[in-house]
Amino acid sequence: MNIKSKVYNNTLYVLLCGELDEHSATHTKIVLDEAFSGVNFKQIIIDLSELEFMDSTGIGVLIGRYKKMKDKNIPIYICNPSKHAEKIFKMTGLYEIMPKIV
Amino acid sequence: MNNNFMEVKFKSESVNEGFARVCVAAFCVQLNPTVDELSDIKTAVSEAVTNCVVHAYPKHNGVITLTCEIEHNTVKISVSDEGVGIKDINKAREPFFTTKPGDERSGMGFAVMESFMDKVEVVKNKLKGTTVTLYKQIAGEVEQVVGG
Repeated sequence: MNIKSKVYNNTLYVLLCGELDEHSATHTKIVLDEAFSGVNFKQIIIDLSELEFMDSTGIGVLIGRYKKMKDKNIPIYICNPSKHAEKIFKMTGLYEIMPKIV
Repeated sequence: MNNNFMEVKFKSESVNEGFARVCVAAFCVQLNPTVDELSDIKTAVSEAVTNCVVHAYPKHNGVITLTCEIEHNTVKISVSDEGVGIKDINKAREPFFTTKPGDERSGMGFAVMESFMDKVEVVKNKLKGTTVTLYKQIAGEVEQVVGG
């Protein structure tokens, strides 16, 4: 899993590249938590256009980040999910807490 | 292809989750599945193998046995371990149920398997551990008739 992030216009943009499963979950949590610990943004957009695979472990990772950011009142949005990721998001109800934006 | 099978054994290391799903996907290609069907199978296999890595062998590594059988256009995938076993299988299959809530686990593993496959069986092994069996009928790509 390769993770890129940048802040632009009060928004933290995060690009997840690779596969998000149990094997990559710990590394992903550490890198995201470090990026999310910044103070120069008011919202987060996670771009999944380069996410090649995700299972329910990925949902656990995202919900964990959502809980941390909720305490700081910073919303997280999802963009560019694959058809596959979208299927998991819809069945688990993830979009209810991390809405999809176009 | 009317019937075929394969079996692999591997260590319960998380790095082998990717190996397991790619291995099954490569075997299923002979049924000419759609990209969506292959994605469903890979996800379900990943969930079953993750359960073995995280729950069946929580302290020490063990062996995971992956078998894949094809009969006509149906694929039957079994993921078996010799680990600690599941205390209450019905409870474990409930959405959002997890025995490790502090680990940021979604508790959706079995729900994803059930949603992405046609049928999921979970049985306690006679001696030790659990076997999860996943079934999916492959409709496959519709062959286009060219010319006439």
